[in-house]
Amino acid sequence: MNVDYFFQQLVNGLAIGSLYALVAVGLSMVYGILRLINFAHGDLMMVAAMSGVTLLLFLVKSPFILFIAIALLAGLLGLVFERIAYRPLRGAPEVNLLITSFAVSSILQTGTVMAITAQPRRFETVPVLSKLYDVAGLQIRGADIATFIIAVLSALALTWFTRTSRTGIAMRAVSENLQVSMLMGINPSRPIALAFFIGSLLAGVAGVLWGWKYGQVDPTMGFLPGLKAFVAAVIGGIGSIPGAFVGGYVLGLAEVFFIGFLPPSFSGYRDVFVFALLFIVLLVRPQGILGAAKGRRA
Amino acid sequence: MNWKWLLVVVALFIICFWADVSWNGYALRLFMFLGLYVALSVSLNLVNGLTDIFSLGHAAFMALGAYTSAVLTLPLERRPSTFSTLATWFQEMVVPFPLALLAGASVAIVAALLIGVPLLRLRGHYLSVGTLALLVIVETLTRNMAFLTKGARGFNGIPTYTNVFWVWGVAVLCIYIVVRFKVSSFGLAFNALRQDDVAAEATGIPTAKYRLLSFVVSAAMAAVVGGLWAHLVRVIQPNVFSYNITFLVVAMLVIGGLGSISGSVIGAAVLFIIPEALRFLETGRLFGLSQLILALLLIVVMVFRPQGLLGRKEISFGKQRATSNEQ
Repeated sequence: MNVDYFFQQLVNGLAIGSLYALVAVGLSMVYGILRLINFAHGDLMMVAAMSGVTLLLFLVKSPFILFIAIALLAGLLGLVFERIAYRPLRGAPEVNLLITSFAVSSILQTGTVMAITAQPRRFETVPVLSKLYDVAGLQIRGADIATFIIAVLSALALTWFTRTSRTGIAMRAVSENLQVSMLMGINPSRPIALAFFIGSLLAGVAGVLWGWKYGQVDPTMGFLPGLKAFVAAVIGGIGSIPGAFVGGYVLGLAEVFFIGFLPPSFSGYRDVFVFALLFIVLLVRPQGILGAAKGRRA
Repeated sequence: MNWKWLLVVVALFIICFWADVSWNGYALRLFMFLGLYVALSVSLNLVNGLTDIFSLGHAAFMALGAYTSAVLTLPLERRPSTFSTLATWFQEMVVPFPLALLAGASVAIVAALLIGVPLLRLRGHYLSVGTLALLVIVETLTRNMAFLTKGARGFNGIPTYTNVFWVWGVAVLCIYIVVRFKVSSFGLAFNALRQDDVAAEATGIPTAKYRLLSFVVSAAMAAVVGGLWAHLVRVIQPNVFSYNITFLVVAMLVIGGLGSISGSVIGAAVLFIIPEALRFLETGRLFGLSQLILALLLIVVMVFRPQGLLGRKEISFGKQRATSNEQ
């Protein structure tokens, strides 16, 4: 156990944390406005990555255009599902939204299996991104640097957007109280749709970055990252964008250090550790690191 | 136990007997799975329908029951090779099936207590995700404790003990227990609890105790169903008792109507029969179509009938007893 090993683990933790943060920020936006745990969020990421495989092979040659195209595709898909599956349920019990998101998740998964493949596919990587860079003795993959930058930039941009812009303030008003915001003359459909679009867009971005990082994607890859992103969002304080961002990194670092500093025989128990961490946070600080506590009232 | 229950039991016994002697193997198997799903959805209804808890961890308790029962009943000749790293007395001990089912239920009760005492302090979505975390934890444990469960390769060689009488016997028992809960003073307390737990607490209902009680009883029932499942399919893998089963059972509940026991029986039947009936469509590239149709159907029901097919009402034959439970 030396200093280099520690810093290498730190880098690895930041890399996976950036991905979790990206997914968690998107999830948190939707949760913040609708109180919906969107189980389909991880599957949107999967659809983005899987369609990346096919688009890359047949249509687009430039990785940059591919990136934009897939992010937009995921965003539009999010909008479509918001319109047909979630909007008609506005005002229904939260449980119904939960069930619907499970159904959407199932549609995305079986749809992908039927339209593309049930098998894992190789995701074409870009030389600049798959190369390992040597920075002060640490091995850093290009894709991880890109993920980190994108995660930081999107969290900053979204925090700024929700705090200062007119639409962003409308968004926060709707999430605070739907009825009252409507009385204030806000049409809630627009901010909600926008939240879905941005959240899904980020899921798409994460999907492509995931493909570039691991080089392989499959139709079931979405569920666990989606769930872990929710854990990250809860750890940070769900509904808060900086909270989800911080939570993503806390989770990524905790996970990597857990594997890195315990004997290898424990590494299979990684997910037990992640969800045990969730239990602890829920019990000690249910509102999360950056969340505000709410009292119970009759 | 009044005459209506006796009638149900006798009628089901006759059907089971008929199924056992004259149905073909495939139909009999479907009938057994239907019974297991009925038992699962009714037992989950005790928690998700009657109280304010919305658990997504039902399949975790199934897994505990299934693995406990499978490990305890594995025949003597297979034990030394399967449990080669474990103590000799364990390799030489085979537990009879009914006892193994009870052992599975006990393991689930202990797990439900361990997890329930801290977890049930939470509310709403946090609680749901906490129970979902339980699912991931149990799955990861069964995957990694290969010395006991054989891990991802799956635990095979489980003797076939489950028959149609076991399945429907347990299903009727589950229905009976949950109905007793619903029509008793517990049901009334649960009703108050679900509508407003703070107000319920203020009127002196021990909400924490009641929530835990329903969670534990429901977990025990799920474990028994898990045990029956294991002795029906004979091979179990960690990923069997996972999101898919949880999702399906929750969907059965919600489609039938949360809180309605006859609703969850109907929901189980509808969601079990539809994919089976649509299976003929799944040829070649259309594999998975029934799953897709099921998901679409679920969304349609959620949009047009958010309270489920029956709402909180019950279908009852004869004179309806006043339960004061309908909202």
